[in-house]
Amino acid sequence: MIDQIFGVWNYWIVFILMMIGLYIVISKKSLLKKIVGLAIFQTSVFLLYITFGKIAGGTAPILTDNVNEIYSNPLPHVLILTAIVVGVATTALGLALTVRINKAYGTINEDEISASDLVEYHEKYLEDK
Amino acid sequence: MDNLILKVCTKVLFTPIILFGLYVQFHGDFGPGGGFQAGVIVAAAFILYAMVFSVEDCKVIMPPKLNFFLLALGAFLYGFVGIIGLILGDPYLSYDVLGTTKEAGQHIGILLVEFGVGLTVCNVMISLFYSFANFNFGKKNND
Amino acid sequence: MMPFIIKNLPILIVITPLMFSLIVAVLNNNRLAWTLSTFASFLTMIFTIFLCFEVSYKSNISYYLGNWPPPLGIEYVIDRISIIPIMIVSVIGLIATLFAHNFFTLEIDEKLVSKTYSLWLLTIAGLIGLITTADAFNLFVFLEISSLSAVALVALGSKVDRKALVAGYNYLILGAVGATFYVIGVGLLYGVTGTLNMGDLAQKIPALGLNKSVIVAFTFMMLGIMVKAAVFPLHIWLPNAYAYAPSPVSVLLAATATKVSIYIIVRISYTIFGSSYEIYSFESLRYILLYLAILAMFAGTIMAIFEKDVKKLLAHSSVAQIGYIVLGISLATSPGIASSFIHLINHALIKAGLFMSIVAMGYYTLKRIDVKTIAGLGRQLPITFFSFVICALSLAGLPLTVGFISKLYLIKAAYMSEGIWLPFLILVSSALSLIYIWKLIEGLWYSKKSLKIEKIRELPEIYLPLLVITFLNIYFGIDAGLIIDNSFIASDALMSGIR
Repeated sequence: MIDQIFGVWNYWIVFILMMIGLYIVISKKSLLKKIVGLAIFQTSVFLLYITFGKIAGGTAPILTDNVNEIYSNPLPHVLILTAIVVGVATTALGLALTVRINKAYGTINEDEISASDLVEYHEKYLEDK
Repeated sequence: MDNLILKVCTKVLFTPIILFGLYVQFHGDFGPGGGFQAGVIVAAAFILYAMVFSVEDCKVIMPPKLNFFLLALGAFLYGFVGIIGLILGDPYLSYDVLGTTKEAGQHIGILLVEFGVGLTVCNVMISLFYSFANFNFGKKNND
Repeated sequence: MMPFIIKNLPILIVITPLMFSLIVAVLNNNRLAWTLSTFASFLTMIFTIFLCFEVSYKSNISYYLGNWPPPLGIEYVIDRISIIPIMIVSVIGLIATLFAHNFFTLEIDEKLVSKTYSLWLLTIAGLIGLITTADAFNLFVFLEISSLSAVALVALGSKVDRKALVAGYNYLILGAVGATFYVIGVGLLYGVTGTLNMGDLAQKIPALGLNKSVIVAFTFMMLGIMVKAAVFPLHIWLPNAYAYAPSPVSVLLAATATKVSIYIIVRISYTIFGSSYEIYSFESLRYILLYLAILAMFAGTIMAIFEKDVKKLLAHSSVAQIGYIVLGISLATSPGIASSFIHLINHALIKAGLFMSIVAMGYYTLKRIDVKTIAGLGRQLPITFFSFVICALSLAGLPLTVGFISKLYLIKAAYMSEGIWLPFLILVSSALSLIYIWKLIEGLWYSKKSLKIEKIRELPEIYLPLLVITFLNIYFGIDAGLIIDNSFIASDALMSGIR
C-alpha cells in the first residue's frame, strides 16, 4: 500500500502539477496567470516523459569504454528538448499577445476585457440607430 | 544603470561568455552541449550587455535587422544542409554523403546543423528580449 | 531531375513552403514576398499533383528521414487516405495565396506584410507536415508549428479590430492545452509500447490486451485533437478566431485547419487504435461522437441564424459543418467515413468560396462586415455576388453543387447504419441552414443600400481564385466521380486496418 503511493512518487508529482496547472488555466481571470498555469501544465508533461526515460541505476547516455554500462533512455530527453522549445514559443507568443492586449484594452483581466467589448458594442449599436 | 563596477565587469565577462558558448556549441558532438544550450549562453551575454548598459547600446552591436536575418539564416542553414543530402541522392536530412566516409559525413552534418540551431536559438532569445525590453507597458493607446 | 523529384516527393511538399517561409521572412519588398509565396505554394501544388499520380499506382509511399528506418527514425507516409487532405491544403493554399495580396496590404501594417507571408507559408507547411508524418511525436511538433503561426496570423487582425488579440489569445491557450493533452497521450503510449511510429504502434497495441494506460492515452489523444478540430463543445475558440482574423487568414484557416485535425482524429481512431478495435471497442466513443455531432449541427446552425456579423456567422456554420463530418466518422462504416471524406473536400471548397466572396465585398466596409453594412452591395458587385450565391446554395445542398453530393452520401450512410431518425435530423438542420443563407442573400440583393461608399467597383485581381473556386463548386457537383471514388478507396483502406 505504502509502496503503491510513495513508490511512484514522481508520478504523483507529475499529476499534482498537471492538475495545478490546468486549474490555473481554467479558473484564473488574469491572462498572465493563465500563461503561468499553462507553463506549469506543460512542465508536468516534461517530467512525465523524463520519468519514462529513467532506468534504475542508469547513467547519462554518453558513449564510454564500458560496454556493459546501464544508461537511461535518451529518446524521451530528446523529445522533451523539442517540447521545451515548443513551450517557450507558446509562452513567448502568449506573453506578446498579453502585452498587446494590455496596450489595446488597458487591462489584462478577462472580465474587464469582455465588459470593455460590450461597451464598445453598445456604443456602435447606438451609433447605428 | 551608472555603476562603474558593473560596467567594467560586463566588459570583462562579455567575451568569455561568448567563448564558453562556442565551447558548448562545438563540444556538442562528443558530450553534453549543442546548439540549444550554446545559443542561450551566447544570447545571455548580449542580454547582460543590454541590461547593464542600455538596450540602445546593445542594438548598436546587434542591430534588430541583423538579428532577424541571422534568426532566419540559422533555420535556413538547418534546412539547407538537409537539402544538400537530398541533392546528392540521399533522403532529406541524411548526412552520410557529406563526407568521404559515413562517419565523417555525419560529423560534418551534425556540426553544421547544430551551428544553425545555435544561431537561431541565440537570435530568437535576443529578439524576444528586444521585443519585451523596449515596450511601453501600462500605457493605453488604441492602435 | 525528374527521378530526383519523384523519389523525394513526400518531403518536398513539406520543405518547399518551409524553406520559402524563411526566405520570405527577411524580404523588405511586399510585392516580392507575395510573388515568392505564390511561387512556393504553386510548387507545392505541382508536387502534390505528381504525388497523386505516384500514389494512384503505388498506393503507399513511405519515406525515411535521414535514411533512418522506422521505428527508429521518422517516417513520412503518403497513402490513398492522406493524399485527400494534402490535396485540400495545397489547392486551397495556392488559391488563398493568390487571393491574399490586396487584403494583406490593406489590413496589416506595411512593415509586417512580408513577415505575415512567412507565417502564412509556415502554416501551410505545418498543416501538410501534420498529414504526411507517421510519427506520433513529430505530429505534435507540426501541430504546434501550424497552430502557433495560425495564432500569430489571427492576432494580426488587430489593426482592424482589437478583438483579434483576445481571439488569438483564446485560440493559443485552448490550442496549447489541446496539444499538451495529445502529448500526454503519446507519452503514455510510448511508456507502454516503446515506439512512436504509427504503424508500429498499431502492431504493438493489440498485444497489450486491456491495458489502462492505453485507454487513458487514447482518451487524452482524442480530446487533444478534438479541441483542435473544434468538435462541438470544444469549439469555443473557433468563431472569434475566424471572425477577427485578417480576411485571407479566415479563408485559409476555415478551409484547411480544422479539416486536417479531423483527418488526425480518423488516423488515431482507425490507424493507431484500429487494429485493436475489438479490445477497445470504438462503440462507446462512437456514440459520444455521434451525439456531439448532432448537437454541433443544430447549435452551429442556430447560432449562425441569430448572428449579425457575417464572418462570425460563417464561422458558426463551420461548426455545424464539422458536425456533419464528424457524424460520418462516428458511423464507423465504410460509406460513413467515405461520406465524411467527401464532405471534408466539399466543405473546404464551399467555405473558401464563401469567405472569399464575403470578404471581397467587405473590402469596402473593412471594419465590420455586418448584415446591415453589406446591404445592397450584391447589385453593385455582380460577379462576386454570383460566386457567393453559388457557394451559399452549395452550403445548403442544392442539386448540381458539391454540397448536394456530400449531403446525399451522408444521408445514405446514416440511413444504412442508424435508420430513419438520423437522416431526418440531417435534413432538418440543412433546412435550418437555409434561413441564414437566405438572410445573407436577401441582405445583399433585395435590401436598399445603406452604406454610402463612393466608387464601389469589383476587384478584378481576385477574379481568378474566386471563379476557380466557384467553378470547382459546380464542376464537382455535376461530375463528382473523382471525389467519390477516392473517398471510397480511402475509407475502404481505413476499414481494412480494423481487425
